[in-house]
Order: sequence, then structure tokens, then C-alpha cells
Amino acid sequence: MGLTNPAAENQADEQTVVSSMSPNWVTTRLDFLTNWARANSLWPMPFGTACCAIEYMATAASRFDIARFGMERQSFSPRQADVLICAGRLPFKLAPVIRRIWDQMPQPKWSISMGACASSGGIFDNYSMVQGIDTIIPVDVYVPGCPPRPEGLMYGILLLQKKIKGETIADDSLRQEHLVGPSGLFLPPEKVDELSEPFGNSVSQTRSA
Amino acid sequence: MTAAAADARTTVSPSVAALRAEFGPAIERHLVSSGDTIVYVARERSHDALAWLRDTPSQRFDYLTDVTAVEYRDPERPLEVVYQLRALARRADLRVKVALDQAGALEVRSVVDLWHGADWLEREVYDMFGVTFTGHPDLRRILMWETYAEGYPLRKDFPLRGHFSRAEQTRQALAANPEAHYSLEELSIADSFHELPAAMRERLLRGERGYLR
Repeated sequence: MGLTNPAAENQADEQTVVSSMSPNWVTTRLDFLTNWARANSLWPMPFGTACCAIEYMATAASRFDIARFGMERQSFSPRQADVLICAGRLPFKLAPVIRRIWDQMPQPKWSISMGACASSGGIFDNYSMVQGIDTIIPVDVYVPGCPPRPEGLMYGILLLQKKIKGETIADDSLRQEHLVGPSGLFLPPEKVDELSEPFGNSVSQTRSA
Repeated sequence: MTAAAADARTTVSPSVAALRAEFGPAIERHLVSSGDTIVYVARERSHDALAWLRDTPSQRFDYLTDVTAVEYRDPERPLEVVYQLRALARRADLRVKVALDQAGALEVRSVVDLWHGADWLEREVYDMFGVTFTGHPDLRRILMWETYAEGYPLRKDFPLRGHFSRAEQTRQALAANPEAHYSLEELSIADSFHELPAAMRERLLRGERGYLR
């Protein structure tokens, strides 16, 4: 980028006019370039805990092949990952683990909550299960389904790419870390209770019962 | 159903008569359910009876399939600790139950000295039902984390969502140290030792499960 081609300048015939205008020069917005690069080389950090992880594996394998979207490299180290994909239910015992993995990932980073359990607790509205990983880490894209088909996850990935392409590096708040505060949560406690409202067939039990 | 099949579904295991001859009144009662013989043993003699079942040549229940517990909806009924035994050579099964009165202490002798496989199984029963296995080498929670404070999840008086609010549960979960769930032996490092609960620290310092430097 930004290099002239001296050989092209010396050749004055008609044919080289086009090549002298060839994309040796590119003008673009920095935002566009950054987002384009980021969106098309997302390295996923798979956090597979349940059946969603099987669908995730299918998505990553040859038939569906998320390498087509620049997710060639499965990053099994949070230090070299861009997008955390929580595939499956998250028990409270794993909450500090996913939190630590998220904290270890360098910015810029995004997260996908794959499936009903990761997004809302799903059918596991009980004492041991986190009711939506958004009470533990910030989430960018929720993929519904129990489990979602690979097409569903790919659609979620495309939505995340779309979201990334709309970002701007001028906005610092996008890259702000949402750490666990002195309250022990990164959300206000009322927000956590609200996000994990009882639903389904267990509404007869109140939160404080 | 043929007569032979009906017979197989109601036949009492010969181990019951042998147990009665050996332990007398400590064998409280027995019944047959779906072809499985269930024998109730008094708590005081449970370890003796299980050791006898393992070691007697005519019995040879050398494999402990499972240890679990049952609590019934009826609060009058005692909580039962269930031992599912298998004699591999004889291809025979026997289910031994020990009834624990809810009013008294939920305590029973550990059988880890008889079957090593009972180690984690008894820890699970302790974790989920709060039954104490005396003589267990390392009795601590196995599924829930060591500092879990809400009680014993599979007890009937335990609400499905737990005792605390979701926010409080989330706060406690995030405050947990993931490394503190494991013994020093499992970790092979002692980094999280000072963050373990006092009772667990004391138990680890007593030895058996790894070394502290």
C-alpha cells in the first residue's frame, strides 16, 4: 500500500496506463480497513460444555467450514483469540473459569452466546446453572436453538462480522473492559436478577423462595 | 409371562438368608422389586455386613456398582443410603439399603476401606444429601465447590433454584477461585492453598493427599 511502481511510470504505451493506475495505491477509511481486517480474521476461542459444542464442531469441520469466514484457526489459548464462543450450558462452578478466560483475551474481543442454555439457562432453571452468560461476561451475539444448527451459528458469525464492520476505532468505549467490580459482579445485582427472571414451568417458585 | 419368568421376578436372593443367619436382627427386612433383591441393614452393622458380603467365599460381592441415597417426599420416612453390589464371578446382584432416621445424625460408616471406588461415590452422596461417611479419607464436596453455602441440593427441603438470589449466587460463583476446587494432589501446586476453607486446609496438612512445602 502506498508504493509507486517506477517500472510502470517508464512505460508510456497505452496498455500500461491501466496498470499504472492499478491498486498499488489504495485510498480508504482507516475504520473500514481495520474493521474489514478484524471481521475477516476472527480467531474463535471455543468454550464448549455441552451438545452445542458438537454442533460447533460440525460448523468448524469440512461440511460447513467456518474457515470460509476467516475463522480458520481455532484458538485454544485465550491470549490469541478474538471471539469467545460459549457453546453449551454454564454451571456456576464454571462461571469463574469463563470469566477468567474472557479477562485473559486481549482487545479487540467479542463473544457469541451459542444456544438456549448459554443465552438464558434454557431448561436448566435450577440451583447450579448460570441463567445466561451475559450475567458473567458481555455478549455480542446470541444464537438461539437447542442446539442451533451449524447454519444458525454461521448466521450468528455473519451478524458479528456485520457488527464489527459498523464499529469505529474512534470510539474508545467499544474496547472498554467490563471488569468484575467491588460488588463482585460486572452488572448491578438488580440487573442480574432481572436477566435471570424465572420463566417456563418453574414460575411457581420465586427467586427468594 | 411364563411361570419361570414370573419366578425370576420374585425370587429372593439366597444372600438374604445367609445374611440373616450371620447378622440376625441387624437385617431389618428385605423385599424384591422388579427382580432385584433389596435388603435393609441396621446402620450400626452396615459396615460389618458389607465387609462380610465382600469377603465370604459364598458371597464374593467384589464390585461396588454404586452408592447413592434416596429421600422420600414423606418426611416420616427415613433417608436411605443405597449400596448396589455385584458379584462379578457369580453374576449376582444385591442392593443393600441403610435407613437413616431424619431426626438423628445422618451418619454411616464409610466403605472406602472395602471398595476404593466408594471414595467419589460417597463424596457425591455427602455433597448432594449431606450424609456423613465416618472414616472416609477425604470427605468433601465433589460436584459443588468447597465453599458452597446453600446446603445439600438433592434434599427435599432444598428449593429448585437454591436458597440465594441469582445475583448472590452469581457473586459467590465469580468470587470462587477455580483452582480451589481441587486437592493439592490434583493441582500439584499449592498456589491456592491459603484460599481454601480452614477445615480443608487442616485436612490437607494432616497428609495423605500430597505434600506442602
